[in-house]
Amino acid sequence: MFANILINGAITAGIYALLALGFSLIFGVAKIINLAHTAFYMLAAYFIFTFAYFLGLSAPLSATASIIITTAIGVGTYKLVIERIREHETAVLMITIALALVFQESILLAFGSHFRSAPSFISGHVELLGVTVSIQHILTFGVVLVCLLGIWMLLSKTKLGIAIRAVAQDREIANLVGINVGTMCLITMAIAVALAAVAGAMVAPLWTIQPHMWMRPLVMVLAVVVLGGLGSLKGSFVAAFILGYTVTLVVFLFPTISFIKEAIALTIMVAVLLIRPEGLFGVAFEEERL
Amino acid sequence: MRDYAWRLSKNFQGEILAVPGKAIAFFFLLFLFFVPVIISNPYILRILIFASIFAIYAASWDFLSGFTGQVNFGHAVFFGVGAYATALLNLKLGLPPAATIPLGALVAVLTGLIVGIPALRLRGHYLALVTLAFPIILTGIVLAFPNFTGGELGLYGISPLSDSRVLIYYIALIVMIASVLIMWKLTDAKSTFVRTGVILHAIREDEITARASGINTTKYKLLAFCVSGFFAGIAGGLSAHFLQIAGPSNLTLFFSFQPIIWTIFGGIATIYGPVTGVYILYPLMEILRGVIPQLRMLIFALILIVVLLFMPQGITTWFRDKIEVECPRCKLTNVATRQYCRACNAPLHLEQRLEQR
Repeated sequence: MFANILINGAITAGIYALLALGFSLIFGVAKIINLAHTAFYMLAAYFIFTFAYFLGLSAPLSATASIIITTAIGVGTYKLVIERIREHETAVLMITIALALVFQESILLAFGSHFRSAPSFISGHVELLGVTVSIQHILTFGVVLVCLLGIWMLLSKTKLGIAIRAVAQDREIANLVGINVGTMCLITMAIAVALAAVAGAMVAPLWTIQPHMWMRPLVMVLAVVVLGGLGSLKGSFVAAFILGYTVTLVVFLFPTISFIKEAIALTIMVAVLLIRPEGLFGVAFEEERL
Repeated sequence: MRDYAWRLSKNFQGEILAVPGKAIAFFFLLFLFFVPVIISNPYILRILIFASIFAIYAASWDFLSGFTGQVNFGHAVFFGVGAYATALLNLKLGLPPAATIPLGALVAVLTGLIVGIPALRLRGHYLALVTLAFPIILTGIVLAFPNFTGGELGLYGISPLSDSRVLIYYIALIVMIASVLIMWKLTDAKSTFVRTGVILHAIREDEITARASGINTTKYKLLAFCVSGFFAGIAGGLSAHFLQIAGPSNLTLFFSFQPIIWTIFGGIATIYGPVTGVYILYPLMEILRGVIPQLRMLIFALILIVVLLFMPQGITTWFRDKIEVECPRCKLTNVATRQYCRACNAPLHLEQRLEQR
């Protein structure tokens, strides 16, 4: 039981962290609340399913292809739709919801509302802490960790990462020192969508695939991002683990009320915000506080 | 008495008929009053009753989020609390709809306070994302106590508003018009007898400046939460009595997004915008449900994207700017086709006239 909670919690938290990281990045850099973020995660899962079952590609190959295609769709929608109305904040919110609905409905038309699943990347089990864990689970957690580490390296060590952080801190000054703000936003969007696609690809063999699978993670991602502090990547990471383990604990310890796990996670979020309105790691600017 | 009637008719001519936007609104409402005379199809009446209920709901979102800038992603919590409170009062205490709906709305006001007090510590995007949590938490509570709330199935067997659908139609229509007029007056920044309009505008534009001008912004933001909660609660109560059921479908994520979609489609921070949005989008969706049910949501989302891309201010604001022009001298609204202002005779389209010369 304990080991089960530990391992499942780590995977849930890792997926939330991947999704929340991308959401937080695009919010921090382009100031866009992208409610279609988890829709890309759903798209990636469906692409894997298509490639694996209809085209008969091997699992790793279909995962790679689906991540690339999803990222291309994400960049395309950003260029064609979101960027044009970026100044109207509420309109951006609506258009991202509309995009998510377009994706959901297209998938519904193409695949129907059946529950699907994708093949595992690797089969086999190992004995870990006294419970059998499939290698797929370990692989998922490994990929999540590699992605998180990669993003951290990119943002802190490379020139591109520093430019992205500069745009996030102050658009105008970043523009003045010669950073192409528009391109940076586009690159960030690509990274964010790619992270969502990786998350989608990794959960496709583990969780069921269905057209509404983006709604619940969206709520959790919003909770994670707010709890961690908007725009703080470290905060998103810590909050993902707090909420991921909360959800897993509820599912394992109180299976009878597992259908309200989101409500419990969100209650924790509201409770924390009552004490720290800027989130766990958010920065409280003086003029922001009031 | 005759003098008063004469002044009223003059006011009507000058304030409503001469302003194209108001004239359209007036004749549309007049048309709505005569709909049951022309059409007796109960299905169409049902659509229009729901349009009235949702118009209150959408306008109450606009009151809170459009005018005060407190973007609420969880507006369904007010609607849901209104619906559930009305249903419980009716089922457990046996009160008639005339009592349950206002009482249910007062419970929604209480919810507005409960939601508003923690929300006031947060601003901007934080507030938007936190409010999203409340309907989901309420859904959790509803599902956790199925004996009291009916759980997944909801509460059913609520007494109907009236036996006649035409009467229900008029009740919904009159409540809608009254609620929208009250909200519109409360947010009217040019109003001479209520200050709330100008204060709410000030809070949205610059909260720090509003505080510096001696406005207790906390009090007014809480007031906005309460007023908005009240009207959304009324909408919820009406829908519970009309459908005779109050269920967790009133609390879903999409139901919270609905008023935002209607409002932004219609035009944010206008009150009449969300009403227009509902009266266009809701019947459209119902027609699509009958014609091509599979493509319904897809078409809906695509229409939304196209409208937002080409008129991000919303459809009423875009249309209003086409048919109305403000006099540059006396700020009076004129029909766009006029050359000179109807009051002060100043030329309206100065740039164009200069270009022609």
